[in-house]
Amino acid sequence: MSTEDRSKKLIIGLLVVAAIILGKLFYIQIIEDKYKINASNNSMVYDIIYPTRGVIYDRNGKIIVGNKVAYDILVTPREVTPFDTLMLANVLEISPDFIREKMAEYSRNRRRIGYQSMVMLKQIKPESYMKFAEVQYNFPGFKGQVRSIRDYPVNAGGNLLGYVSEVDQNYIQKHPEDYRPGDYAGKTGIEAAREPDLRGEKGYHIYLRNSKNQIQQRFKDGELDKEAVPGHDIMTTIDADLQQYGQELMKNKVGSLVAIEPKTGEILSLISSPGIDVDVLADIGQHYDEISKDPHKPMFNRAVQAPYPPGSVFKLVNGLIGLQEGTLTTSNAYPCYQGYYYSSNHKLGCHNHRSPLVLEEAIMMSCNGFFCYVLKNILENKKYENIGEALDKWNEYVQSFGFGHKLGSDFPAELGGTLPTSKLYNKRYGKNRWKFPTIVSISIGQGEVGVTPLQIANLCATVANRGWYKIPHIIKASEGVEIDPKYYERQYTMVDTTNFKKVIHGMWRAVNSGYGSGGTASVAAVEGLDICGKTGTAQNPRGADNSVFICFAPENDPKIAVAAYVENGGFGATWAAPIASLLIEKYLNGEISEPRKDLEKKMMEGNLMNRVKAYK
Amino acid sequence: MPSNFSDRGLKKSIDWKLVITYLLLILIGWVNIYASIHSEGPASIFDYEFRSGKQFVWILTSLGLAALILFAIPSQFWESASLPLYLGVLALLIGVIFLGVEVKGSRSWFEFGPVRFQPAEVSKITTSILLATVMSQSGFKITRFRDLMMVAGTILLPMAVILGESETGSALVYIGFIFVMYREGFSGWWIVAIGMAILLFILTLTASPYVSLMVLIGFLIVCNALNHEHLGAMAGINAGVFLLMAFLPMIMGKLVSEGSFLEKVKPIYVLLGVCALAVPLFIYKAFRNRNRFASISALSLIAGIALVFSTDFIFNNILQDHQRKRIEVLLGMKEDPSGVGYNVNQSMIAIGSGGLKGKGFLGGTQTTFGFVPEQSTDFIFCTVGEEWGFIGCLVVISLYVFLILRLISDAEQCREAFTRIYGYCVAACVFMHLFINVGMTIGLMPVIGIPLPMLSYGGSSLWAFTILIFIFIALYRQEKKYY
Repeated sequence: MSTEDRSKKLIIGLLVVAAIILGKLFYIQIIEDKYKINASNNSMVYDIIYPTRGVIYDRNGKIIVGNKVAYDILVTPREVTPFDTLMLANVLEISPDFIREKMAEYSRNRRRIGYQSMVMLKQIKPESYMKFAEVQYNFPGFKGQVRSIRDYPVNAGGNLLGYVSEVDQNYIQKHPEDYRPGDYAGKTGIEAAREPDLRGEKGYHIYLRNSKNQIQQRFKDGELDKEAVPGHDIMTTIDADLQQYGQELMKNKVGSLVAIEPKTGEILSLISSPGIDVDVLADIGQHYDEISKDPHKPMFNRAVQAPYPPGSVFKLVNGLIGLQEGTLTTSNAYPCYQGYYYSSNHKLGCHNHRSPLVLEEAIMMSCNGFFCYVLKNILENKKYENIGEALDKWNEYVQSFGFGHKLGSDFPAELGGTLPTSKLYNKRYGKNRWKFPTIVSISIGQGEVGVTPLQIANLCATVANRGWYKIPHIIKASEGVEIDPKYYERQYTMVDTTNFKKVIHGMWRAVNSGYGSGGTASVAAVEGLDICGKTGTAQNPRGADNSVFICFAPENDPKIAVAAYVENGGFGATWAAPIASLLIEKYLNGEISEPRKDLEKKMMEGNLMNRVKAYK
Repeated sequence: MPSNFSDRGLKKSIDWKLVITYLLLILIGWVNIYASIHSEGPASIFDYEFRSGKQFVWILTSLGLAALILFAIPSQFWESASLPLYLGVLALLIGVIFLGVEVKGSRSWFEFGPVRFQPAEVSKITTSILLATVMSQSGFKITRFRDLMMVAGTILLPMAVILGESETGSALVYIGFIFVMYREGFSGWWIVAIGMAILLFILTLTASPYVSLMVLIGFLIVCNALNHEHLGAMAGINAGVFLLMAFLPMIMGKLVSEGSFLEKVKPIYVLLGVCALAVPLFIYKAFRNRNRFASISALSLIAGIALVFSTDFIFNNILQDHQRKRIEVLLGMKEDPSGVGYNVNQSMIAIGSGGLKGKGFLGGTQTTFGFVPEQSTDFIFCTVGEEWGFIGCLVVISLYVFLILRLISDAEQCREAFTRIYGYCVAACVFMHLFINVGMTIGLMPVIGIPLPMLSYGGSSLWAFTILIFIFIALYRQEKKYY
């Protein structure tokens, strides 16, 4: 092969390559339309219009979460001329260094920013914005942008309401259709429960952008624009005044206060303390660190998530099961020797009261010994082959009261608590290696029983209804907002109505027998309200006992059922009973009677925080 | 008069067509760099705060360098200093690994205050000069093993170091020297072999090892048939077996019932079995007939099989993560318009949206507003494509093709082997840069960071190509003067 030949071949190769390149260029520039369509996307600006979020009302039409106007301060660095930093800082109530830092940052990134506007300050108050607007002409390149943010006219507690914040990558991946970076979504509480209704639909205006990234005109005169659709307003079952009153009662205490309307299952108030103050809720991003570092975990919604031992209020359940199973009658009397000897030298203690007692009195005086006999008889029932089978039957009964599983409320992040089964004990102690004395503590609601305050309140509502409950829920149906039909259905327990009546009288006597009678909850009595209640004192391995109380009123036409749970509060009658009864009194009478004002003051001012061990 | 004489000599002896093409390209580059950054708001194209203004300085200094090379440095200097220059730059290449600053994951830049300098750019020049020196020695024969090794060493040494700096793009340019070797008598089959290897690699990844082996076998059968003067029975048998093998997967798919042990016998095993029987037979026959071509093709079949079966290993274990992703996107194995594919996608949108005539100077919306990354350096061709359309691209590509053709034709006219070989080296470097860079912006090549000669923003690159080209112009002028 001659060298000239080779030179020619190389030239041919070069021309072939050039032809391939030009061919591909011809294809993408002239034949294929795909890239032109993409290019117009790139040069159209979608100006997103955010819808206003739906308003949240209480059961009486009072706004608990509304919207208010705030302003973001935007800077277009390219348009900024030298300006008086001190003056701007003064007007916006920020430090001059903050402005200098921001401007230096924009200058560093000027290539990336180009002609775009950057958000320098978020959510300033309208008053500050007005001050800025007056002097705005001094600061070319700076402007304010209206934004709608959440407003909280009632201090209903951050855990109930929930907060709205910018979606993160994780959230977007879970809802790829609905959210884009920069969108906001309800993350907890009611805001999260009804996020799809509340958020509304985004709209957009399309503009054309020239090569300098300046907006030139509306695309097709706005023909293709879409207006934002505001979010649905939501009506909740919450009573705003009651919620706020409950918040005040639970101030400086750790625990939870839940009120339910028994007939409907509607949650009247749901308080978890300590909570997130509504003042920081609108801008939670700024305070997130400080909240999450709080040793008392204010983000933890104790009302629906804390698996507490129910203590003596659980005796009601055991008593009812005994009656239903026939292992207990109203005339059975059991002795109590300041406790129950479950072996010759082991005693489950009780306080000092007369003995023996029948069921009604045992409920009234909250006798531990009595209820040990009750559970013993349930578990050693000859009907069942062994204690395991009896326990599982017992478990089934307890489940029918809404314990041991999630109630299925519409409140997000609800937990189900725990209940023991024969499987659990077989695993722990070995098959046939456990007997009633081994598990005696579940007689009085200790041990392996874990329930949430919402479940305790639901128990109270169930007793008030004499045998059934409706799943507690927080959203009421209103125009355009439907709720799951399951919330209208009665959920029956496995215990007959007649048996409930026997127990209820004991609860009435516990409250209304007067001091000196042995009734444990005399402090909760309110004249004319016929409150029925049951105290509980639950052991807390982290210090003093928890104070527990459930009550409903009036006896014959219950309108409200309340559960109060105060961590490290001591006896049920010390903190939980007064708080729950005050809440009922406020709800039913609208005000606290004169003789009980001192009690109210004592409860509101009481501070138990130094008793509570902080979580690490 | 002497001055008149030298004037006329200057005008005549310099290849003005080359110089003008070079100047046109630089001018086009400068204008497009301005267009790509004008949205950042430079006061004018000369505003030194911005890249267009800086490029203006690079252009002025480049012209100074060009004058220096043409008028101040005797053209004999390059050949005589080729080895020290080569070794010096090699030392810089190695030094930069330890002393350089890291830019975008590769440690290949020296930094002197505000100025950054990339030795890999200069290495093209010194490698070209030494290559020309080595290959123009009297008695040099590329077919001789010793000489071939000299050439290979000259090329591979800097290439390996640059690969070590993770400057894959700059290293790929060195492959272009194979065209120079070809011009000087190196067997063209090597180019075919490299091309075939790349094809097999791609086919194995995108189709299957079976398809890729069939292509190799088919190619070898055709080559062998062409190599024989007359088609014998052998060619017939070959073709028959090939056809059978081509339909084997289909036949087996039909005949073999599900679950039978035959299912475990994949078509590829049958094909390999056939190869294992045929190859020794083939080699034996070739050996008896003293048919060197046949034995080499048998060996290439074995090499091909080895390549096909190591493709997955190379792809998954030897290539780095980002390289693998870029290849996957290029071959369409993965769609990824917002990740790795982002650059290519945006760049093709920018170029594609230019249409026939383009959006006009400063009229581009894609390139000016940061949709395209590296818009004034590696992706400068996008600005050309968007603002000047297909016509602009045609002009630019034509200028490059003209430049390369002119270099080749000038080189061919030279009597000095050194000048000729050097001219080819320059042409090869420009060609490789053009092909890789433009190919990348229009999705023909994976994304490999490499500047477009004379057009891309950047001092190192502009200086390097100025020196590269003007040394040739100076050498060529010398030819004209003497002969």
